[in-house]
Amino acid sequence: MNSSFQFDWQAAIDSIPYLLKGVPYTLMISFGGLAIGFIIGIIFGLMRISPTAWLRWPAIAYIEVFRGTPVLVQVLFIFYGLPQLLGGPIDALTAGIAAIAVNSGAYISEVVRGGVQSIERGQREAGVSLGLSRIQTFRYIIWPQGFRRMIPALGNQAIISIKDTSLFAVIGVGELVRQGQIYIATTFNALEVYMMVAIMYLAITLTLSVCLRLLERKGLVGQ
Amino acid sequence: MQKDGAKPIVRMEKLNKHFGTLHVLKDVDLAVTPGEVVVIIGASGSGKSTLIRCINGLEEFQSGHLDVDGKELLPNGKASKALQQIRTEVGMVFQQFNLFPHMTVLDNVTLAPMKVRGASRDEAQQTARRLLERVGISDQAEKHPTQLSGGQQQRVALARALAMEPRLMLFDEPTSALDPEMIGEVLDAMRELAREGMTMVIVTHEMTFAREVADRVIYIHKGEIVEQGKPEAVFDNPQNERTQSFLARVLTH
Repeated sequence: MNSSFQFDWQAAIDSIPYLLKGVPYTLMISFGGLAIGFIIGIIFGLMRISPTAWLRWPAIAYIEVFRGTPVLVQVLFIFYGLPQLLGGPIDALTAGIAAIAVNSGAYISEVVRGGVQSIERGQREAGVSLGLSRIQTFRYIIWPQGFRRMIPALGNQAIISIKDTSLFAVIGVGELVRQGQIYIATTFNALEVYMMVAIMYLAITLTLSVCLRLLERKGLVGQ
Repeated sequence: MQKDGAKPIVRMEKLNKHFGTLHVLKDVDLAVTPGEVVVIIGASGSGKSTLIRCINGLEEFQSGHLDVDGKELLPNGKASKALQQIRTEVGMVFQQFNLFPHMTVLDNVTLAPMKVRGASRDEAQQTARRLLERVGISDQAEKHPTQLSGGQQQRVALARALAMEPRLMLFDEPTSALDPEMIGEVLDAMRELAREGMTMVIVTHEMTFAREVADRVIYIHKGEIVEQGKPEAVFDNPQNERTQSFLARVLTH
């Protein structure tokens, strides 16, 4: 089959300023959602390993529900469904951040659990036998070591969540994909524009990967 | 004063511990007086580690009486307030050292005095450096534990426990994880501590050391104290046949 298609470099370059307008939204949804997701993850991850059943069970339920349903369904539920319950609209940006928060929060809970549980029992015993309280032992001994072990998995989750935000074009939030779609609607350069969109995602995720690698290398001291 | 001196710092009466269906400690009676060095010997699985771990509440017991430094520990892990007070006064050295790998040697030693006793950083570091010098590792203070040999790590662990100025020190097989050439340096540090009058309860397989430093040797078999006394009495003239066969096995190599 013979294609007479020519890749239009000019069209690709022309789309950049327009697409860049979407980048702040992509970043806001990703990192806003991940920041909240991290807090949720710490709370539910620790509840998940609590010996107290009434703390453990809600955490298990939360993790199973939000890990076991698609993030697209979650954002549609928040954006279209929740307003019916609340009686007022939720703006698309808030809905996007909330969806990333609850979704990444479920995964991060498991990351936190794994990180904390990977610390040898002897560390806790050494802490409490010095007279440190359980909370002090956690804060000064268990958490710093556990957190270091969580970094690769947290980085993984951040990259997944950044890419997940691309789905939120469906609720009309002006992130990267949405900007691309709008641009293509007038110029019809789907190949060029989606390639530029892909490159921008890659630029974000590669930057993050490099930062994580530096952070990990720094953390290697004393491990 | 003298009366206080004679009052036991650890008092254990009819202590029983179960792990599920396993009866780990059976009606154990033990009193340790201040300044005394008690060495507990016995085969692995005899319950000797469990016994000293009960003293600072790392293991729960199911029945019996236990008080440490006048504060009572209740069965089944109750009374956490007394527990933390007891742990502040009782130091412990573990078989696996359990140093904090994310901190420098100095920070390992200053953490608890600063967070528990409220010492200033300067004070804590001064004490820490003095203790590190005493155990012969003052030049390693800025290193991380993994950069040290096993023997050095265990001496840091000893300094870390001593930084809390404990009234009682527990040693849970402190040399069992060490290469043979490093055992001596740790035992030397413990010997010196005993000489200074520290109250110590030591679980060990080092019989020569036990004979030398112990005021009293306790032989435990299947969770029961079957024999105790002065080291010469227990080692040279054991009365119980289980003690005899245990010693015959460990002393003939």
